[in-house]
Amino acid sequence: MKLKSKYVSEVLVRALMILSIVAVVAFVISILYIIFHKGIQSITWAMITQLPQGGFFISGEGGFLNAIVGSLYIVLAATVLGLLISVPIVVYLNIYLKKDSRLGYFCRLTFDVLYGIPSIVYGAFAFIIMIAVGMKPSLLAGIVVTTMLIIPIMVRSMDEVAREFPRRLLDVTYSMGATRWEAMRVVLRQIMPGLTTATLLSVGRAIGDTAAVMFTAGFSDFIPKTLGQQTATLPLSIFNLLTMPSAKVQEKAYAAALVLTIIVLIISLTGRYLSGRVSKNKI
Amino acid sequence: MIHRNRRRVRRDKTSAIVMMVMVIASFAFVAAMAVGLYLKAQPLLSDHSIWQLLTAREWKPSQNEFGFLPFVMSTLLVTAIALLLALPLSFFTAVYLTEYARTWVKKLVYPALDILASLPSVIYGVWGTLLIVPLISKHIAPHFVEFSSGYTLLASGLVLCVMVLPLMVSLFVELFSAVPNQLREASTAMGATPWQTTRRVVVRSSIPGMIAAVVLAVSKAMGETIAVLMVCGNMPQIPHSVFDACYPLPALLANNYGEMLSVPRYEAALMFSALILFVVVLLFNLISRIILNRVKAKD
Repeated sequence: MKLKSKYVSEVLVRALMILSIVAVVAFVISILYIIFHKGIQSITWAMITQLPQGGFFISGEGGFLNAIVGSLYIVLAATVLGLLISVPIVVYLNIYLKKDSRLGYFCRLTFDVLYGIPSIVYGAFAFIIMIAVGMKPSLLAGIVVTTMLIIPIMVRSMDEVAREFPRRLLDVTYSMGATRWEAMRVVLRQIMPGLTTATLLSVGRAIGDTAAVMFTAGFSDFIPKTLGQQTATLPLSIFNLLTMPSAKVQEKAYAAALVLTIIVLIISLTGRYLSGRVSKNKI
Repeated sequence: MIHRNRRRVRRDKTSAIVMMVMVIASFAFVAAMAVGLYLKAQPLLSDHSIWQLLTAREWKPSQNEFGFLPFVMSTLLVTAIALLLALPLSFFTAVYLTEYARTWVKKLVYPALDILASLPSVIYGVWGTLLIVPLISKHIAPHFVEFSSGYTLLASGLVLCVMVLPLMVSLFVELFSAVPNQLREASTAMGATPWQTTRRVVVRSSIPGMIAAVVLAVSKAMGETIAVLMVCGNMPQIPHSVFDACYPLPALLANNYGEMLSVPRYEAALMFSALILFVVVLLFNLISRIILNRVKAKD
């Protein structure tokens, strides 16, 4: 009798598992289907090449080029700034510090925690700083908050790449008389493909973030010309457009959602494709 | 020659100092966040006690009444629903992927999870408003209640559930695949079926890590903003059923940041809600990361 029940539960559990897998895959398909189906129905060439025209939120003339460009500006600048800060931190953790360093442990823990903090809290914090220094919502503020947001993502994913680096190779460079600074150049060259992947994945995360820039970048119908001007971002304009009552305006939201999804998918799939290729050729 | 070497050593030393300062600045950043949010919430905390704020029901900013209970309850309920749905789904998915699945299934499911993980929050929001909300208001809710707009606790929970799935599955998979194969083989050799092996060997030895993974997912779900904001209904009330609208803390923040400077104490109240989120997420993350690090160190 005992023997039988264990086979019964085996079959039951197997069914549950297959059900779960099917559910997960179905979620992905339904999301992609909805976004692509609705998006392709409503997207026009004018939407992605024109700025919003008068009455954009009422009748729906013009497009959301301002948001696309705004998002790209913010994310590009934040990526460059983020790299300038996170690469030295990762180098310090992995080359300058010993493997079992306490400082390294706490630093990694800090970045794990920073990674978990919701972006809306980053937004609120950045807002406080903006008020304190008398800054208005602007492109610059959006860049700063996105940089804050992207650094923990970059540090964590790059640290994972750097940790894989064989310690012995580092010892060889030292034995040739290299200083840590010179050893770093060897290491960076070796892990460059991994760093590229990590960067791309972080960029994909940062471009889709809404809550933080909501507080800081403001909104504008134009492409910003200086750092002090407000700027629209793609995720935020999707949100704004979708909450408008007119169906014609909502179509713009679907089109913008399609554009954002395509951008994010291209970035993250390139990243994963690269990482697949890199891991195949690793020493 | 000596000159050159001195320069090399100096460069090495300076770079070490600069980088260390950057690392220490990251600790300072967390502290600055805590202090900054606390200072801004201070005006509210000076005339209300924390307990009062968290248990009062009335939310009337213009009359200086700030009851956070509806928001706190909404946050907790939404998170609970999301986790209740996501836990079995991600558990069975992860078990299947590590213990049962053939290669072609893995090749299909892992990229699907990657896509889920990379989609922005606002896209989930669009999906929620277009699919989940109408589904609930037209097909699910009519069986249980007279009327529901669809912008409900249930919708928020469902959307959040899908959003935390990739995180939970990847953490579970990492934990399960760290269990040494010899243990599985020993169990199988004693005549255990795969499920018995999973239950009594794989899961039992990953329990601490699994708890940590769940805590991590909880903290992610609590802070999720835009997607939830788009489907939750935004009514400051304590939801009585899953078909009621709700109003979690992040949505409160996102909806009102624009007008907060015009009403006294309003800014402090919103910053207080950011502070609650910050503190809870910080603690949850800290605990679960420490457990996960311990688990990893053991392997």
